[in-house]
Amino acid sequence: MELMSIQSFAEPGLIHFLIVSAILFSLGIMAVLSRRNTIMVLMGVELILNSANINFIAFSRFTELSLHGHMIGLFVIIIAAAEAAVALAIVLNVYNKFKTINLDEISLLKG
Amino acid sequence: MELTTILFYLFSVVTLGAAAIMVFSKNIVHSAFALMFTLVGVAALYVLLYADFLAATQLLVYVGGILILILFGVMLTSQGYTLNFKTITVNLIPASLLSAGAAVLLIFAFLTTDWKISEVTERTDTVYDLGMLLMGDYILPFIVAGVLLLIAIIGAILMSTRLSVKNKGGA
Repeated sequence: MELMSIQSFAEPGLIHFLIVSAILFSLGIMAVLSRRNTIMVLMGVELILNSANINFIAFSRFTELSLHGHMIGLFVIIIAAAEAAVALAIVLNVYNKFKTINLDEISLLKG
Repeated sequence: MELTTILFYLFSVVTLGAAAIMVFSKNIVHSAFALMFTLVGVAALYVLLYADFLAATQLLVYVGGILILILFGVMLTSQGYTLNFKTITVNLIPASLLSAGAAVLLIFAFLTTDWKISEVTERTDTVYDLGMLLMGDYILPFIVAGVLLLIAIIGAILMSTRLSVKNKGGA
């Protein structure tokens, strides 16, 4: 543990990438929890997906996961693209109905 | 310090700084613009991890696709002019406590776990191997992902065209 922190400015290893992804994840959580604009929440979700992807790729570089991590990352990107398209279509519909995209004001299930 | 080390720190600072600007900016257009730098920085980190195909995919799909989609969403849902680009922030203290707690717990777990790091194989390119895997072991997820994208496209088109028809008084 002590040795690791002394070496921490040395060549980037697995830990460095994991820490970057952890900070990115917490920033995404922050965006999802504290912003009330639906599109900001979507951007936070994109940050979280990206941080998970960094983890997969880092493990595939440094451990025996090898190319399977790349495949998982590829599918994560595909799912993210589909999610963004459908979510933005929903957001446009919600805006058309409620004239706002503030999450706290959209409180009706039957519009 | 080697070049890769300098590049790693440079790109992680760019990624995290742009992500912080994205989260804390009051103007949603600035947020979308900062998100672009975050995504480009993540793509650069992929390059440092020998994932060239994924870096290209990240640039094409995220920066070229999802970001444009998000900007369209921002433009189409803004009421009035620049005034309502401002976004509301709530629950600032609980949210920052939760996210800081998540970050600390994750970093603690990452630092104290004894990862089984294996020999680093220096790859020249991953495209050929990825293609073989996609057509071999991963053929079923590949097809399912294709069907999922088709369903997503049809769903998105259906939702947004019904919207414009309804505006004109139709069904």
